[in-house]
Parts: sequence; C-alpha cells; structure tokens
Amino acid sequence: MTVALRVNGEDVRIDVTDRTLLIHALRDHLRLTGAHMGCDTSQCGACTVLVDGVAVKSCAMLAGQADGCEVVTIEGLARDGALHPMQAAFAEHHGLQCGFCTPGMIMLGIDLVRRRGAADEATVRSELAGNLCRCTGYQNIVKAIAAGARDMAGAA
Amino acid sequence: MGRNFGRPVRRLEDGRFIQGNGRFVDDVILPRQTYAAFVRSPYAHARITGLDAAPALQMPGVVRVMTAADLAGAPDMPCGWMIHSRDGAEMKVGSRPLLASDTVRYVGEPVAVVVAESRDQARDAAEAVAVDYDELPVVVDCGDAMAPGMPQLHPAISDNLAYDWELGDEAAVDAALAVAAHRVELTLRNNRLIPNAMEPRACNADWDAQDEKLTVWMTHQNPFGMRTLYSAYYGLAAEHSLRIVSPDVGGGFGAKAPNYPEEVVVAFAAKLVRRPVKWTADRTEAFLTDAHGRDHLTTATLGLDAEGRFLALKVDTIANMGGYLSTTGSLIPTYMYGTMLSGQYVIPAIHCRTRAVYTNTCPVDAYRGAGRPEAAYVVERIVNVAARAIGVDQAEIRRRNFIRDFPYQTPVLFEYDSGDYEGSLNQALALSDYAGFPARKAEAAARGKLRGIGVAAYVEACGIGPSAILAKLGGGAGMWDSAEVRVNPVGTVEVLSGAHSHGQGHATTLAQLVADRFGVPIESIRIVQGDTDRIQAGTGTYGSRASVGMSATFNACEKIIAKGRRICAHLLQVPEDSVRFADGVFASAATNKTIPFGEMAAAAHAANAFPTREIEPGLVESSFFDPPNFTYPSGVYVAEVEIDPLTGVTEVAAFSAADDFGIIANPMIVEGQIHGGLTQGIGQALWEECRYDPDTAQLITASYLDYGMPRADGLPEFRLAFGCAPSPSNPLGMKGCGEAGAIGSPPAVINAICDALAIDHLDMPARPEKVWRLLHPKAAG
Amino acid sequence: MYDLAYVRPGGLAEATALLEADENATALAGGQTLLPVLRARLASPSRLVDVARLAELKGMALDGDRVVIGAAETHAAVSQSPVVAGAIPALGRLAGGIGDPQVRNRGTLGGAIANNDPAACYPSAALALDAVIRTTRREIAAADFFTDLFSTALEPGELVTAVMFPRCAQAAYVKFPNPASRFALIGVFAARTAAGMRIAVTGAGAGVFRWREAELRIDAGGGVADLDDLALPEDAFTSDLHGSADYRMHLARVMTGRAIAAVDA
Ligand SMILES: Cc1cc2nc3c(=O)[nH]c(=O)nc-3n(C[C@H](O)[C@H](O)[C@H](O)COP(=O)(O)OP(=O)(O)OC[C@H]3O[C@@H](n4cnc5c(N)ncnc54)[C@H](O)[C@@H]3O)c2cc1C
Ligand code: FES
Ligand code: FES
Repeated sequence: MTVALRVNGEDVRIDVTDRTLLIHALRDHLRLTGAHMGCDTSQCGACTVLVDGVAVKSCAMLAGQADGCEVVTIEGLARDGALHPMQAAFAEHHGLQCGFCTPGMIMLGIDLVRRRGAADEATVRSELAGNLCRCTGYQNIVKAIAAGARDMAGAA
Repeated sequence: MGRNFGRPVRRLEDGRFIQGNGRFVDDVILPRQTYAAFVRSPYAHARITGLDAAPALQMPGVVRVMTAADLAGAPDMPCGWMIHSRDGAEMKVGSRPLLASDTVRYVGEPVAVVVAESRDQARDAAEAVAVDYDELPVVVDCGDAMAPGMPQLHPAISDNLAYDWELGDEAAVDAALAVAAHRVELTLRNNRLIPNAMEPRACNADWDAQDEKLTVWMTHQNPFGMRTLYSAYYGLAAEHSLRIVSPDVGGGFGAKAPNYPEEVVVAFAAKLVRRPVKWTADRTEAFLTDAHGRDHLTTATLGLDAEGRFLALKVDTIANMGGYLSTTGSLIPTYMYGTMLSGQYVIPAIHCRTRAVYTNTCPVDAYRGAGRPEAAYVVERIVNVAARAIGVDQAEIRRRNFIRDFPYQTPVLFEYDSGDYEGSLNQALALSDYAGFPARKAEAAARGKLRGIGVAAYVEACGIGPSAILAKLGGGAGMWDSAEVRVNPVGTVEVLSGAHSHGQGHATTLAQLVADRFGVPIESIRIVQGDTDRIQAGTGTYGSRASVGMSATFNACEKIIAKGRRICAHLLQVPEDSVRFADGVFASAATNKTIPFGEMAAAAHAANAFPTREIEPGLVESSFFDPPNFTYPSGVYVAEVEIDPLTGVTEVAAFSAADDFGIIANPMIVEGQIHGGLTQGIGQALWEECRYDPDTAQLITASYLDYGMPRADGLPEFRLAFGCAPSPSNPLGMKGCGEAGAIGSPPAVINAICDALAIDHLDMPARPEKVWRLLHPKAAG
Repeated sequence: MYDLAYVRPGGLAEATALLEADENATALAGGQTLLPVLRARLASPSRLVDVARLAELKGMALDGDRVVIGAAETHAAVSQSPVVAGAIPALGRLAGGIGDPQVRNRGTLGGAIANNDPAACYPSAALALDAVIRTTRREIAAADFFTDLFSTALEPGELVTAVMFPRCAQAAYVKFPNPASRFALIGVFAARTAAGMRIAVTGAGAGVFRWREAELRIDAGGGVADLDDLALPEDAFTSDLHGSADYRMHLARVMTGRAIAAVDA
C-alpha cells in the first residue's frame, strides 16, 4: 500500500506492505534511524515519536494507521542547527549513556511538557512509566526532562 | 586535575545521539541486503529426529536455509577459560555446535537459519522449517543438577558437573572454625538475571568478493577478540581480510562480550549467499539467548572470635552454567568470585569450593560485576548475620575487621593495591545520616511502615589484567590494551583506542586526557573506537577495565611529547634535556623562544628543520599497556527501605554510596556509571529474576510483562560521595567504576530489608508476596 | 506479524460490513493490545479494519445522568475530559493511570473493554458503575458483557460504539500494579451508587467480578476493618509468577479497604 505522511515537515509517500509498522517505515524506508526498536511488547518506549503532536510508540502503530498524519521524529527537532531545549537538556545533564533509549526519552519529554508543563521530578518519574533505560538509572534523565521542561516553558 | 581531566566535561559524543544520529548496527542497511531469522528450539531438552527445510524454501523471498549440515566443517563453540578441578582434571566441556543437529539443551537454542529478502519473509519462512523433536526430561535448578537420577545433559559428563574447583586452605579454615567463639551459617541464592541492554544483539555480515574481505558489523564489547576468533578459530577469513565493526553499542553489561553462535552463523551465511546478511534479535530472542548472569546456590560459614573479629570463612557454591559453557562462563564463579571472598576484611583463612553444573537453561556468562557481586553478596550478607548473632551494630562489626594496611595479600590469591575502607564507611554513614536512623524508623512506625537500614562494603578487582597472571589462571588471551595517538600536521589528534565504549563515554574521557597532556582544545581530538580496520589491536571494554586503555593512551601521549622535545631541541637549537613541555608549549631555559604543540606537529611533518636520519618525520606513537596488577575499587553503601506490612511492598527510601575509584577522569560520567549500577543492583534485589518452569524449562520471564525491569518511578535520588586512594597499578592512579554500583547495592538493600523485618535472611528478589508471607507466616497457602 | 490487509473504512456501516463479510477480519482501534499480539504471531487475522477514527465512535457527553463515551476515545482523552471529570472523577483518574502516556495516547475505551484482559482497569469501572455497553446491534449491561477471560458477549462482527456510565461523584479506583507489566495485579473500583456500595475487582486472574459480600457488609454499616474475615470468591483467583491466589485475595481486601477509604475521603 502507499502511505502518505508529513515527516519532519516534509511530505513523503512510501510503498509498504500492509503489515509494516510505523517504526519500520521510518527506519527502513525513510532511513530515519533515530527511533529504535527495543522490545516486542510495546513497553520500552525506544520507538517513541510524535504523531499529530502526541507521543506514540511507533512499534504499536501500523504505517497505514499513520497515513495522512504528521510525524515528528528525533531528527526533526533541531531547527537550523539549534538544538531543541529538550535535546540540549539531555546533553547538559548527562541524561544519556549508550544513547539507545535517548530519542524515545526526548520525544516523551516533549509530549510531557505539552500535557503537564514544567513538571517536577516526581511527575517526570511517573510519566516515564513507558520508557526503559538500562544505563542511567534514570537519575539524570529525570533531571534532564525536568530542566528541559523548564526551558521549554521559559521559551514559550 | 587539569583543564579537562578530572572535571565534569560534557560529553563530546552526545550531539549525535540527541539528534538521532547515533549509528547502531541495525541502522546500517547495505546494498543487496538480506535478512536472517533463526529457527529456535521450542524445547529445553530434546533430540532432533528430523529436519525438513523444503517447505521454507518454497516461501516467498527465501534466499537460503542453513542447518548444521551446511556448517559441517566449523568447529564447536569454544570456552575461553580453562578451569581445573581440585583433583587436577580439566573442566568438562559439553560440545556446543553453532547450530544444533542432534540435541537441544535450552529453549531458544538455534537449529537453523533462514535468509530472505525481507525481515518478515525470513520470519515467515523460519516458521515453515519443519523440525521433529523427541522431548527429554529437564533439569533447571543448579541445586538439583548433580542429584542422582537427574537428566544428564552431555554424554560423558557425569552428574552434569563441569568442574569441582577450590581455592584456599580448607584444613586451615576447618581448624579455625572448630575453635571459633562464634560460628554463623547462611544458605543463599544469587538470583539469575537477564542483562537487557536496550539495544538487542545485531550483526550484518558482508562478503566482498572483489576485495576478498569479510566485514561483520556487530554490536559487541570486544570487536578485536571477535576478529581473532572469526579468523584463527573459525577460519572465516584471514585477520587482514576480516573487518569487525562495532559502531555505537547500545549497552552491553557483559552480555555483549561473549562469542555467540548467531553472529558466527550469519557470517558464514554471508559467505555462502554472497550478499550482506543482517540479523537483529528481537527482545524475546534477547531474553532467551543473551548470556544470563549470576545463578548461584551457596552455603557459607563464618567464624568469629569473642570480640567479633573474623577468623575464617568457608564457602561452598554451586554455579549454574546453563546448557553449555559460554565464552567466559567458567571464569566467573571461580577466579572472579572465590578471589573476592575476603571482601574488605582481614579474614585469616578462606576456602571456596565451586561446582559448576549444566542445566537446561540459557548459558550464563558475565553480567555487570561478573562473580564479584556474587562474592560481595555472600560476604556482606553473612557479616550482617554475624552482627545480628553477636549483637554488634552492622557498621561497627565492619569497622572492627577492615583491612588497614596496603598492599594487602588476601588468602585467596589477590593482593589489594590501595584503599581507605574506614574512610568510605565514615563518608557513607555521614551521607546517610546513619545516626538519625532510629528517629526515622520511629516516624515510619507511626505511619504503619517498617523501616530498615543496611550497610554493605564491597571491594572488587578491575582493570583486568596482568596477562601473565591471567594465563596462569587459565586465560586464553592477553588482556593488555592499546592506543595509537596520531597527531596531524595542523595539530588535530586522532586516538585509535583498543577500549570500546558502550555508553561509558570514552570519546570524552580519552579526549580529556589527551587535551590536557597536549594542551590543545578538546574539540581538536577525535577518539576512534570499535573498528578493526582502523585500530590494529585492542581488548575491548568490560570488567571496568577502561583504565587499561586509558593508560595506554597516556603512555602513547608521553611518547609523542618525548619526540616533540627532540624535535623542538632542534627548532630551538638547545640541548634536548633542557626542553620542557607544559601547558601545550615547549620551552627551554636556554632560550626565550617557545613552540606551541601545534607548531611542533607542523614541524614534525614538514621535516625540514631536524635531521630526518636521527628523528623520523611524522607524529604517530602507539602503546600497549599491560598492567602489573588489578586495581581494587571499593566502597561502602547504605540503603534505607520502607516496607508496607499490609502488602509487602518494599520501597527504597534512600540510598547513599561512598566509593573510592582512585583518580577520576570525569565525575559526571562516573556518577552516571554509579547511578546505572545501583539501579541494576536494586533491580536484582527487588524485582529482577529470571524464572524457568521447573517441569518444562520454558522461560517464564520472557518479556517485560514478566521480567521486572527497574523504572524511573521506583527509585530514590541517590546520594554519592567519593574518596580517593590512587591505584599504584597504572600511571593515572585510576581504578574503574563501571560495575561497583551493581556489586554493592544488592547486599545493602537486602541487609536493610532484613533489618526492617528483624530476620537473618531472605532471598532476592524481595517480591512483595515473599515479604508479606514473612510478616504473616500464618496466612493461607 | 503474519501477512494481512489493512483497511480504513470511512464510516461505521462500512466497517461493520467489512467485518461481517470476512470472519477472519478483526477490528483495530488503538492497537495497543492487538499489535503486540500480532507481532508475537499469536493471531493471524486476514484483515484489520481500522475503527479508531470513525466519527460514530467518538464523543464524550452527558446524557441525563449518564456519561456517554465513544468507543474510540483514547485513555488520554478520557483522563483529560472535563465532562468525565465533572461526572465521574474516578473514571478520569482510572484512565489516566492505564499503562503509560504513549499507550494512553492511542489505546481506546472500546478496545480495552472488548479485549477484557483479566488485568485491565476499565472493566472494573464498567461493572461497578453498572455501565451499559452500546454496540452496533444492541445495548448490553456490563454485568452481561464481561463473560470470561478475554471474552465478552460481543458476537462476530459486532462493534462497541459507546459505553454509558451512570454519574457517580463518590468513587475511587485503587490499583496495585504488577511490578513488571504495571497492569493491575489487583485493582478495585469502589463506588457509592444510589443502589449502595459497589465493589468490582480486576486482576484476580479469572476475570473481573463484583465482591458482593463486601458490598453488603458496607451497606449494612460495616467499616473497612470488617472486610478482613469476609469470604472472597475463591475460583476468581489464580496464581502466577507475580502472586499466588492467596496473596491476590489478600491484596483484594487491602485494596478494597483503600478504595473505600478514598471514596469517603
Ligand atoms: C505497555 C502497555 C501497558 C498497558 N497497561 C495497561 C493497564 O495498566 N491497564 C489496562 O487496562 N490496560 C493496559 N494496557 C492495554 C491498553 O489499555 C489497550 O489500549 C487496551 O487494552 C486496548 O485498546 P486498543 O484501543 O489499543 O485496542 P486494540 O489493541 O486495537 O484492540 C484490542 C481488541 O479489541 C477489539 N476492539 C477494538 N475496538 C473495538 C470496538 N470498538 N468494538 C469491538 N471490538 C473492538 C480488537 O479487535 C481487539 O481484539 C496496556 C498496554 C500496553 C501496550
Ligand atoms: S519498541 Fe516500541 S515500545 Fe519497545
Ligand atoms: S542510555 Fe543506554 S539505555 Fe538509556
């Protein structure tokens, strides 16, 4: 089937089989490999992207379900070489080690700010229920998201 | 501390990752790419009575199906560490073919592989490969494996026993225990864990017929070791015609250090089909086949004198190896374990016996800490049992028994290099407000909660290792590390590192070191890792051994500076021994002129201002560093837990860690390593447990629905502090920090739970139901 | 995932026709349950009929003393709805505690109740509040809807279009999460309704059920402390890795107590 998407601001059409997951469409067809696949049961959140503005697990969505949607991936955040505040906060607060979970964490962080504004660390911890990290013990991810949220609120 | 070294420099590699530009193996798609899917055994123990690939070959997109018959010439999987039993016999190695042909010994063992045009087609066809099995009875528990009448896994290996190893003087231990004023005994299990790096294993192998070269992209902690194995052992290609690339590695934790059958099979497949073949494990495959960790059953006895001083420790352990010996599986419960049983204490006599057994489970190998967490758990648990028995405070009994003079030769082989154990204890007690605990306990009690505090002190051996010593212990490969420092004509620097980051931030810490040594901006340095075409030799990163590669880098820098001084002597026309180098500038007391590092580099390449017959042009130096001893990081942790007696739920209310890693390259990165290690250790203590069905040996915890991973919301904010007793075993005084958190935290948490419940012991993980039952022994069921 | 066809019908009638025409076709809503199941190759429908965007399955509104929530409303939408928050605050909070933010952004009410996972959250609210499930063919009382584990009164081709929850200001859902999956190891929805206290328990293992003994005891003036010795339907509880039937029964008592305390708080 043909799927039409607007990905990171660009209109694209891709030919995929009906069973293609959005994550595979992004990674294999569009070569946007920032979103990762970390599990089979839709629990790790490494594949998180924004579809029509809200965070979704792109492993739990068919490419076809996203037909006509606007998709933003980690690759689409930085503008003219300037990092998104949430990206910058991860670097500043050492919110990543191996970097595999990071794109999903950053996308979730942005969704969190949309819903909860400048959240405190306790809120951030509970909002991370669907994002696993094996490296950081979450300590600095929580700090990074809380700081990124403050920066986003400040910038808005 | 320099301008960079020792400071919390922000990571140079982060820019790529936070913009989605990391490059992990699955991100690589090669022209004419094909995809592999493995046919795996659904049974834990069975004889294969038939295999028909024909139906799969009919499926759309199938390029090739490979079975054991296609790999007839390939040798079995090797175990890299020879352990001798106490009677002197060599360990018994059950043969493990790349693909099973007559018997399978754990669920998920690979039997065949399908190569197809797409991932989905490969999966579809893998299901169509028809394999007939005759099921056999299983054994799961290491405590059962040697019992009479149990199923036998390997022909000619009786009682499923791989080896019966010992360390220490048993007679001396028995004699000391016999006269000890107090004796305490403890039987415990160290629960089996599944490593769960977030990036699953993956490889992409490509045979280039024009170049006659095999390239294997592989997410791995030690690409160099793999190149040696793939060439010398499997004969896939000669070393100079074989390239292993481990690009960004999405976490390893030990589980990406072994040699696995799948990657080797994919490499053979690429040669056979003459197209690139890619395999990416899904999470279920990771659960089933990534080498598991821990899984010990141990009985320990500690003898004390009337004043509470330790006299002797006797430890008897059965270690579960799984269905086969993994690459370093045999090493973990022996020289990585028995050698650490002295802990931080003077214990005059120690004896350890380890029996390693085969069971119908996934092979067990290194997992963050590898042997040392198991040792620390035994020591730190029995010390608390002893403290309780003789009525001494858990901090005080440790203080009474600490080693205070270094170097210290333990009765179990190792010589500790340095440490200040009491200093760490004092730091940890202050950090945790140990003195204020009774008030917090009373306050919790008023809310109906049980609060407990647990102290645990650990020491570990890192920076593996002195190659000659390792060879005596059965090691099959040298464990030095290497660095090549290349200074370019305009002064930028490339460091080709034999160490390989999988999250530890080497691209930053090595650059910090080099920037300060050369006095150049950190941005002008690039660290190259993980590609055997760029880096000639290395040993990889595991066992908190980055200090070894770091030391090699330091030594190579020193050689560059030495050469720079010789060059500058000519440029300044002064005697060489008058040339000094500091803050990026060569200078001499004999002249006012100075030469910045970059100018020296340009001159080295211009080669027109010094006699090139005396000094070769160019500026490249390499170093191989083989450490004289291990390093011995140590620390003291204090966990505070609160238990809801109505549900049995344990919450870690506070956690304080005081570590001594010697000299620290980047405190921000070190803190991150501790955070991650502590979380894995707390995970082991509270939630994580690999469980197999005892009757079928099916893996019950085969997804995140059933395997309890630590998440952001179950953890307190950690309090950290660092001491510093530099290691004399390397030029930088570093010790290593990658595993510490996972070593010290399980006993700290369990000690706290036992304190809250006023009991001697409970096995990990402290599942709510387990705790609830201890509190309500009369509850039904 | 096995090979299959994906279709996105333009309206409910078309969706129903597609499902009725092919007995191997399956409705796909948020996909938060179905897609992981398909990825594990545990089912092989011929065709997925996407109902997530059907206008007929949307909307949250008050209808007299009931809140009508469209089957395709997401957990996130329900948790943020002022209508729901005004009429049944506990329901909004329940929806806000399902899974994680990403799952809530996609998963739907209709999918959750049609799936009837024995550890799911919504079924307990539907049962406790005596909700009525509106389908493409009829209206079904919650008590008749949840028939067994992962099964409901829905017939092949029948779709849930909306769920009608009676208003209830005094209700609470307390969930004891499974430490691994975070589904309910035990979840209790307690509600003070016109007909008295209602207590529905999910997570026990054999499917959601009402704990009538406890309802009676509370209605008779009993307090939380009076639940300790009260019988629970033993065959509703099963054992697994995460908790034995006994432990789950114990948790059901404790969570019921906490839910009632929250209702009256
Ligand atoms: C990580 C994770 C955590 C979760 N945690 C929880 C939790 O804590 N509590 C909880 O309750 N749930 C939890 N869930 C499940 C989640 O709530 C699902 O969204 C829900 O169970 C199914 O809704 P869906 O819209 O995604 O349905 P789908 O997955 O699309 O469909 C599920 C089933 O319902 C059928 N169906 C869908 N819509 C209709 C309809 N309108 N009429 C008839 N049949 C229909 C489908 O055919 C399918 O059989 C979790 C899921 C995930 C992935
Ligand atoms: S890959 Fe999507 S949640 Fe794990
Ligand atoms: S940084 Fe490695 S998984 Fe999060």
